[in-house]
Order: sequence, then structure tokens, then C-alpha cells
Amino acid sequence: MSQGRTLTFNIFRYDPQVSGDKPKMVKYQIEETPGMSVFIALNLLREQQDSSLQFDFVCRAGICGSCAMVINGFPTLACRTLTSKYPQGEITLMPLPGFELIGDLSVNTGKFMRELAERLKLWLHPDQDDVDVHRLEAPMAPEEAARLYELERCVECGVCVSACATKQMRETFVGAVGMMKLARFELDSRDTRSVEDFYHVIGNQDGVFGCMTLLGCQDNCPKDLPHMQQIAYLRRKMAVALV
Amino acid sequence: MKLIYTDSLVVGAGLAGLRVAIASKERGLDTVVLSLIPAKRSHSAAAQGGMQASLGNTIKGMGDDEDVHFQDTVKGSDWGCDQDVARMFAHCAPKAVRELTNWGVPWTRVTKGPRQVVVNAEKVTIEEAEEAHGLINARDFGGTKKWRTCYTADGTGHSLLYAVDNKAISLGIPVHERVEALSIIHDGKRCQGVVARCLITGELRAYIAKSTTIATGGYGRIYEVSTNAIICEGIGQALALETGVAKLGNMEAVQFHPTAIVPVGILTTEGCRGDGGLLRDKDGHRFMPDYEPEKKELASRDVVSRRMTEHMRKGKGVDSPYGPHLWLDITLLGRKHVETNLREVKEICENFLGIDPAKDWIPVRPTQHYSMGGIRTDKTGQNPQLKGLFSVGEAACWDMHGFNRLGGNSLAETVVGGMIIGKYVADFCQENSLEIDTGLAESFVEKLGSEIDELIDGDGTESPFALRKEMERVMMDYVGIFRNGPELEKAVTELQALLKRSRNIGLKCKKRHANPELVEALRVKRMLKVALTVACGAAARTESRGAHAREDFPQRNDKDWLNRTLASWPDEHALSPELSYEQLDVMKMELPPGYRGYGINNAIAHPDTEKREHEITEILSQLGDDADRHQRQHALMPFEVPESLMPKNERLCDTLDRPTPPVVGEESVGEQAL
Repeated sequence: MSQGRTLTFNIFRYDPQVSGDKPKMVKYQIEETPGMSVFIALNLLREQQDSSLQFDFVCRAGICGSCAMVINGFPTLACRTLTSKYPQGEITLMPLPGFELIGDLSVNTGKFMRELAERLKLWLHPDQDDVDVHRLEAPMAPEEAARLYELERCVECGVCVSACATKQMRETFVGAVGMMKLARFELDSRDTRSVEDFYHVIGNQDGVFGCMTLLGCQDNCPKDLPHMQQIAYLRRKMAVALV
Repeated sequence: MKLIYTDSLVVGAGLAGLRVAIASKERGLDTVVLSLIPAKRSHSAAAQGGMQASLGNTIKGMGDDEDVHFQDTVKGSDWGCDQDVARMFAHCAPKAVRELTNWGVPWTRVTKGPRQVVVNAEKVTIEEAEEAHGLINARDFGGTKKWRTCYTADGTGHSLLYAVDNKAISLGIPVHERVEALSIIHDGKRCQGVVARCLITGELRAYIAKSTTIATGGYGRIYEVSTNAIICEGIGQALALETGVAKLGNMEAVQFHPTAIVPVGILTTEGCRGDGGLLRDKDGHRFMPDYEPEKKELASRDVVSRRMTEHMRKGKGVDSPYGPHLWLDITLLGRKHVETNLREVKEICENFLGIDPAKDWIPVRPTQHYSMGGIRTDKTGQNPQLKGLFSVGEAACWDMHGFNRLGGNSLAETVVGGMIIGKYVADFCQENSLEIDTGLAESFVEKLGSEIDELIDGDGTESPFALRKEMERVMMDYVGIFRNGPELEKAVTELQALLKRSRNIGLKCKKRHANPELVEALRVKRMLKVALTVACGAAARTESRGAHAREDFPQRNDKDWLNRTLASWPDEHALSPELSYEQLDVMKMELPPGYRGYGINNAIAHPDTEKREHEITEILSQLGDDADRHQRQHALMPFEVPESLMPKNERLCDTLDRPTPPVVGEESVGEQAL
């Protein structure tokens, strides 16, 4: 843990609701404290230097995914980024690209994710909705449950979307998050959708065939999810089913 | 004034709120959910360890049922809970777990055959039954007789929240995100909805509804160091308090979790100790068996937290720039276990401490964690003072946790409480018509509007950030794990001074739309009132019960204090709440107050306890030996839940004489992680 340094933060500032406001970078300086994270630093800046600074945190523990932003060029979770990681003490913060900007570092990932869920129907489609909850549950292979949980760890932070070149070029591309979620339901033996059903949703340039395999999603995913493996898996499944 | 009408309005989009919204929508009611943030970011996601439900599938859970779960919960509460509610809860928990399976939760499942686990620092082999293969697994948690905590690795809250939110999306339930409810519209008798502010545009809206359900979680953020998400600020409780009519229950009951990492206060799950992790002091000594030879690290949370604090006070803590701490040692579980079943813990250790918990000990200390108190409700979740106002989850004092909540019972409460109360909310909406008094709504919108004007245009000089910091420090220093009269008095005086100062806040940022300083100002004024209900309640309660530990009154005093603290704020200019008390009736208890099982039994008995014990013996002897456990339970304390939830729960032991259904998705029988 480093201490005693003065950190320089270059922060993107823009309020789209103020007419005439122009995007700009503003420089702030702050004394580093032991164990300081970007979460701690931003809060101190807001309390002590500029109370109008907008950013989002909820869990501040790497669990909820609300604080994704671009830190020194890389999209990541700000809460668990320690300032000691940057030997020069210079930290540039930008909002995640690819999402509606609310102001400064705050973007509307929630709106994006809800629309994606509605568009791709990202929920379990079970055989029957009214399984008797008073009776013993249906067994599931322990390995299947473990595999499902592995794919379910996505926190909808939006990093994969902002790190994806295809998504930046094509607004309608569903991105790694959408495909990861579909892969999760495809794998689930309780879900009644067939490969053809999934094909109708992502068997096109907006889905699995639009991915250029640049690996931005996988390289930056804060949960280390196997995005490329899942996209390849979905492609293979569809190709086989449609032959 | 913008008016939005709905049948069922839910404030808060965590598990409890969403579950109520789903119950309303399934009944065909128009439903709207308000949330500060996207639903999937709610604090429910942070619950790692699991939810308690007496499925009894595993070998260590065999023989578990509602009775055992009920008894553990009542003892855990230190007899402070509503036993009817604890019964309703224990009865419905298995149903909620199974319902969540249908909604997509990939519960960790049982693997048949032998597996190694760590119990009391020793590796032992247990063998799971053939018939249990593929059923929902359970792990060990503190204060429970059986292994009862159902889980998905250590991301249970995440899994549950995603499944429930997905269900809500599939039903088309709108969630108005980035909207903050700031006052309740009411006429002193009936709640008609809320006034809320859009955190993006600053717009004030009146949401008018038949029922309003507050599901905004706990109030941990009135403390300086808390495991809670930063949105757990007690605003839901403050809304109820500011009606001047609605009462809060047991606000002084605040739980500290034994193992949050130092210094940032992020939680490491109780699953660490449940799975076999140990607590060690600066000499590497495992000290819990010295204090609690029977339950050791798995004593109830309040007990472990106090024992840790006692041990550190003896100079056995590890010195650090942030004060003393102790060690949590999970290295004995092995890397494979840590990297699969405790992966969130591993990530937190790596990212915030730079250590590898499969190899290094984790620095921990007790930290504010859970709010047992909240908006007082009856068994149906409705506030007794304001018709149409419901509350559920951590926001509420329903009250199944009493003065101490067991690990795994909070996540369970969100979905079980939501399942039960959701039905009562829907009933209420079907039985009552919308009451609309636009003049009344307008007056509440105007009141909030002028509060905002005053903050922005007024000549106040106080900083909301500074006030908040001082409040957090007062709560931490004087209303913590151990409490005493002089310190609590000091807390009350200092908080009152802060509350006075909060009437003179002035803002530097003058924007009316997205303005973080304005948000902070509106909140801190309300949080101070919540903090005062905690401090005043604690100062008045001259006994020790559950998490409320008075150094000057170490005994649990059933004679004088077998009651629930109620707090209301009838005069908005007053500097403290009005306290009153609601007695718990021993003669109606299924389980009269007794020894909880920790330390020496030093409770001051209630005069009715012995009488009730005799009565129970008599009732049971009259029933005779033929009565089954359901009949015996019914004879002692009949309880009701909505009819569709009344059927008995089936368990593996009931079905063992029948063929088991084939396991879906079976490919190979792999080794389960230790």
C-alpha cells in the first residue's frame, strides 16, 4: 500500500441536461491514503472539492457492477481498482462508451440491460410455470448446477459492451452480455427453448455471426467469464442444428 | 404536478420488493416498482452465503423440519421475535426455495456418496444418500442445529436476485429506476402513495396507489463502517417515521457481523466459518473454543462478534493502522474449495487486500451488518397505524428476527416474506379501492418542493457531507457492539445537535436535476432521525438481548423487557422520537423464554414463563402419544398463512419408500469440491 503521494485525477465532465455545456476534462489533485480505491478517491473529491461530480457506486465491493468506467483507457470496475496500481499517480476517468450518458462518469446501464432482457427474453422458460412447491423438487445433476452458476456470474456492468468493437459499429449488436445470458439458458435443462428458438434471436449479424473475435469482452470482463468460449459454443450449436 | 396511478406500488427493487411486485402482478393488478438503481444492483445481490429452509436433503440436514427451524429462529432472536411470524416463515421457506428453482436458480446440488468436509478443524468424511443425489444441497451456518442453508456457491444473493428480477421482467413489471421516494402521502389513517424525485431530471412525481410497500432494506449506513451497500441508508424507515403516525419497531436491534475485512468493511460470508474456517488471534491461537466450547466459531453472530471484541480488548488483536483486528483462516479448506465454493471471498481478498485466502489469513473484525428493526408491521406485513402501508424484508420489523438474526435467515426473509406478504398485499388491493385526494397529494409534493427550494436558494451554511460523517462517527463510537448508559446519552445529545444543524444545510451545487449534493442533503436530514430512534431506543432499553448488549445491564430481563420498542415522530420539529412498548405475550408462545445456549444463563425470568411451561406440558399430555408433530404444534400455537401456502412440505424422508425421479442433465458423477 503506497501512501503520501499526491494523485492527479483527470475526469471527464459533462452535463447533457445543461444546454450549452461542453464535454471537458478537469484535473483534480488528492492525497493518496493507504488502500485507497477509485471509489474512496471519487467520494473524497465530491465531498471536498466538487459536490456536483456525478458517478455511480452501490456495493463498493465488486459485487453489483454499477461502477464500471474507463480507467486509464481500460473499462473496469472502479470500486475495486486500487490507486496504488498506477505508479505515475495519474488516473484518467471516462464514462463507459456505448451507453446513454447521465452526466460525468454516470451512464444508464440499467436501461440498456432491461431493454436487452426484453428483446432477447432473458429469463427461464420452464416446461410448466406452476410446479407444486409443496412437493420435493426435481433433481438436477450437481455438475449442471455448477456449470450454470459459472455462466450466471455476470453482473451486467457493461464492460464487455464498451470493450466491443462490433458493438461500437453496430448499435443493434447484442454484445457478449446478451450471448452469455442466452448460453446460460441454452445450457439449462429446465429451459424449453430449442436451438432454433435461439437461432431466431441471435443467429445473425446482430448475434453470434457479428462477433469479430477481438476478445475485448473476455479480456476486460471483471468476472473473468468465458465469453469467447460461449459465443463459439452457440455458433457451433446453431451450425450443427441447422445443417 | 405529475400523478402516476397504480394498484400496487412497491418502493425498492431488491428481492423482497420484487417478490411482492410479482405476487401483485400475478393477481392481475397494475404494479409499479420504484428503485434508486437498476433492480439487479440491489443490495440483495451481496448476500453470499445462502438462505435457510428446512429441506433436509443432506445427511447433515436429516431430521430437519419446520419445528427445528422455528426453534433455532426463536432462540436466535433471544426470544424477541414474533413467534407466529417465525412459524409462518419456517413453514413457507422450503416452498420459496422450490419456487425459486422454477424461476431459474441453479442451487448447488447434493452429490451422492462420500465427500470430505471440515468440521471443527478436522477433515471428516460424510456420505450422502443415493436418493438425495441432485436435490438441493445445504451448508452449515451459525446458530442452527442442522445444516440448513441452501446456496449457489457463494453468490446466492446474486443468483436469487437475477432469477427474481428476470421473473419480474418476464411479467412486464415496470421498474422506475433512479427514482427516490422521499415522503409518504397520507391523511393520518390511510397511506395513498409516495412523492418521489427522479434522480436524473429532478422531477417530483406523486405515485398514487391502493397499497404502498416499503422494501428499501436496512439502515446500516448510519454507521461509519458497515458491510451494507452505500444505498442502505434507512430512507424507507425515515419515510414512515416522518408520517408522524407510523411506528418503527426495535430500531436499537443492530447486528454486527463477525468477519468483515479490515479496513473497508466488505463482508466475507459466514459460509467461511460454516465450511470450516477458524478465527485466530495475533498469536495464531484459535480462541473461540475458549469462550464457546460447544458452538465455537459457529455460535450466533452477536455472540461471536462480542467474543471477538472481548478478545481484542484483552490485547489479543493484531495491530494495524486501522486499529486491532483478528484473523479468519480458511486455508485449511484447501484451494479447490476456496476457488469454487468461496470464490467471491477469494476475489474480494485479491482485489481489496492483495492476498490469496487459500494461502494467507484474512484480516477481519466485527462490523455493522444488519438492521433487525424497521417499519412495524402486523403478520400480514401491514403497518398497524397507516392502512395501505406495507413493509417487507430488512426494511420491516415483521418481526421474525427479534434482537438477533441468524445467518441465512435474511435472504430467506426477503423471498419468504415477499411470498407471504405479497399475497396479503394483493388481497388488500382487491378488497380496497383507490383513494385519491389530489389536493392532499399536491400538498405533499409542494412540501418536498419547498424543502428543496430552501436547500438550494436558502442561506444555510452546513455541509451535508460533514453532518453525515459526524453522525456515522457518533453511531460507531457510542451505539456499537457494547453499549452503556453514559455513552448512549452522549450519542443522543450529539445526534440531536446534528439534527438541529441539519435544518441549516446550504448547498454549493445549485442544480435542480442530477445533483449529488442535494441527494445527500435530503437523505442526511432523514437519516439523523433514524439514527436517533436507534440511539434513544438503546438508551432506554436497560437490559441485554441478542445484538443489544448493555455493559451496565448484562442480563436479559424478561421480567421488564420482554417487549418490542416502538418509535414514532409525531412532532416534526421535535429532537427525539416518542418511544412506547408492545408486550410479547408469554402465554401465547409455543416456545416460552429459556436458555439460549451461550455463556452462563443469567436471564431474569418472566413471571408467566413457568405458568406457560406447565400449560404446554398439559396440552401435550392431553393430546396423547398418537398426535403427530403438526397436531402438537397446532395445539400449542395455531398459525395461518394464505391458503395456497398452507399445505405441508414434503421431504426426502417422506418419499424414501417411493422411486425417485431420474436426474436431468446427468452426464457423469464428478467429485464434488471438498
